[in-house]
Formats: sequence, structure tokens, C-alpha cells
Amino acid sequence: MDIAGALTADHIKFLFKGFLVTLEVAAIAIVLSFIIAVVIGTIRYMKIPVLSQILGAIVEIIRNLPLLLIIFFTFFALPEVGIQMTIMGAAITALTVFEAAMISEIVRSGLNSVEKGQIEAGRSSGLNYIQTLWHIVLPQGLRRMVPPMVSQFISLLKDTSLAVVIALPELMHNAQVINAQNVNYIIPVFVFVALMYWIVNFTLSKVAKRLELKVT
Amino acid sequence: MLDFSILTENWDAYLTGFKQTLLVSLLALVGSFALGTFLAILQIAPIKVCNWIGTAYVEFFRNIPLLIIAFFLYTALPTLKIQLDGFQAGTLALIIYTAAFIADAIRAGILAVHKGQSEAARSSGLTYIQTMWYVVLPQAIKIVIPPLGNQFINLVKNSSILTILAAGELMYQADLISSRTFVTFEVYIFVALFYLVITIPLSSAVRYLEQRLARTS
Repeated sequence: MDIAGALTADHIKFLFKGFLVTLEVAAIAIVLSFIIAVVIGTIRYMKIPVLSQILGAIVEIIRNLPLLLIIFFTFFALPEVGIQMTIMGAAITALTVFEAAMISEIVRSGLNSVEKGQIEAGRSSGLNYIQTLWHIVLPQGLRRMVPPMVSQFISLLKDTSLAVVIALPELMHNAQVINAQNVNYIIPVFVFVALMYWIVNFTLSKVAKRLELKVT
Repeated sequence: MLDFSILTENWDAYLTGFKQTLLVSLLALVGSFALGTFLAILQIAPIKVCNWIGTAYVEFFRNIPLLIIAFFLYTALPTLKIQLDGFQAGTLALIIYTAAFIADAIRAGILAVHKGQSEAARSSGLTYIQTMWYVVLPQAIKIVIPPLGNQFINLVKNSSILTILAAGELMYQADLISSRTFVTFEVYIFVALFYLVITIPLSSAVRYLEQRLARTS
């Protein structure tokens, strides 16, 4: 083990550069998948015929596939049918597709958890269905979705490490680059990298806990 | 249109991978269930040091990527003269990672068992261990089965990372087939079907059990 050699200022800077890519990809994927998930979850909650069933089937399939497969598929298979993406684009797309499917289920069950009486009350005070959904159901449902959603975001942040297979220059990839120089670097570098992931995710999970207490 | 010859000509490779994926997932399920139960008991045992160790384990491994555990076991341990092959390192990584999630599920299950149950057991003369084993755990298991099912689905999906360690499971076979045939689209579509054969029935079963549990409680 060579801790001093493994964690030089240059190496640490390189790891932080990777971590920025990790955070950037995760942040973009979180925003995109959240928007898509709210749309899908709401459509399925409203039980719009045909569309709801089709989306349900797609969500069920994607949720039950390994994310790694989706990443491989996006980057290596889609070009065969003429859809070419950069590494960054493929990583964000794959993560967004997978997480949107996961989060849409959180959205749907959050909306379902709002008591039917709320909708009836909204409707009988003269709001139409869309208004009831927007002003009554969504605000209450969203608040209940926060804790599971934060856990899903933590998973997403961890899952960005899978993009190492398509050589996205994120934290895991940069760690591997340093490790390739000298086997004695491997242990200190991995411990350091694990701690970087851990600090961010642990903080997120504590924030989620606090929100959970506030909600209930 | 899909070229089905990819599937028929490589049927054996797919099947080998399918069996390997099932084997890894099952081994990891048994291992992480045992370790997870142990950690859950550590977390709620009436001994402060045990609580601390259990919680530290769970909080640490839940919050780092599975991939880093796998790489660590596969590439870092050999520098300490501990050599694991891809299969061993991958399965062990899955166990270490998943145990943290299972511990949480089991802990929640144990805490959901009414306190009067363990008080009654303790006052009829059972020791703490006996109370856990004969009274609390059997009742907790019922509550824990749906989240355990979810973890098993996650295991099947997560076992795909073993491809990076060349452990011969489904995803690895798919990579081999695509590098041999230069076809990727069909190869991945078919490998997706193999995963779905395992995960879709499992998630339907979990959903059924969740609904039944919600009705009875």
C-alpha cells in the first residue's frame, strides 16, 4: 500500500474532477427523470385508457431490467438503428430512462395514497378534475413521495458509477485510471472514493430522514 | 425485424449465463439474508457496542456503490495476497452490499412485532436469544417477505455487474456473443428477455404478497 503516492494533490484533484462529472450526470438525470416520472405517474394515476396501459407495460419492463443492460443498450445497440449519442449523452439517457420508470411508480403510489375523500371534497366544491388533481392531490401526494424519492436519488448517484463501462470520465473511471498506474494505489484510492460517495449519500439520507419526520 | 438466429444459434451461451445469473443471485440471497439478519439483531440488541457496529455497517454500505465493493474485492484484495476470482468476488460483493438493505428490512420487521410479544416470552423464562428465535423472528418474517422479494429482484439485476469481473453470467455471455457476431441490438434485446423471465414473475409475486399483507393488517 502506498498512501502518499496514491493520494497526491494531483490525484485528488483528478478524483474531484471525476466526482464533478458524477454529480453533473446525476443532477441532470434527476431533473429529467423527475419530470418524466411525474407525467407518467399522473397519467397512470388518472387511468387514461390505452395510454395508461402502454406506459404501465413499458415501466414494468424497464424497472425489471438491470441498469447496466440499459446503459450497454443505449451506447452500443442504439447506433445500430441509427441513434448515435456521445458517452455523456448515452449515460444521461440510460440513467434517465431507468430512474424515470422507478420514480413514476413512487409518484403513482404517492398519488394513490391521497384519500378519496379529498378528491370528492375538491370536486363537490366546484373544482374540475384537473384542478382537483393539480391543487389538491398533487401537493399532498408529492409531500409523501419525498422520502422514497430521495432514496431513489441516492441510488441514482451510486448508479452513475456503472457508466464506467462506457468510459464516462466520472469518479469510478478516474479512480480506475489512477489504479492502473500502480497496484499499491488501489486500496487507498478506493477507500478515498468510497468516502466521497458516502459523504454525499449519507448527507442526502439524513436530509430525507428529517423530511420524513416533518411529513408524518 | 429482429434476427432470431442470434437467439437460436447462441442458445447454449444464453442458457449458461441464465443459470449462472440464477446461481449467483440465489447464493447472494442466502448469504445476504444470513448476514442481514445478524446485522438487524446487532442493531436492536440491548448492547450499545453491537448497535453501533450494526448501524455503522448498514449506513456505510448502503451509501456507496456496489461497483466499488466489487472492484475492491477483485482488484484490491490481491495486493493483500487474497486472490478471489470474478465469481467469488462478485458474489461476495453482492452479499456485502445487499445485506445492508436486508438488515434494514428485517429490523423494521422485528420492530413491527408487538412489544408485548417479547415481554411475554421473556417473562415466561426464555432468554433474549430464544425470544428472538422462537417468538419475534417467525412473526417478523411475514412482514419482511415482500421487501426481501424486492431485494432478490435487485440481486438478479445487480448480478449483471459481474460481467465487469468476467464471471460468466447473462450480461457477460451477451457481451461475448456480441463481440463474436458483431451484432448488439438483438443480443441485448434477447438478454433482456432472459432477465425479465426471472424478474417479472418475482415482482408480480411481491406485489401480490404486499397487497395481501395490507389487507390482513
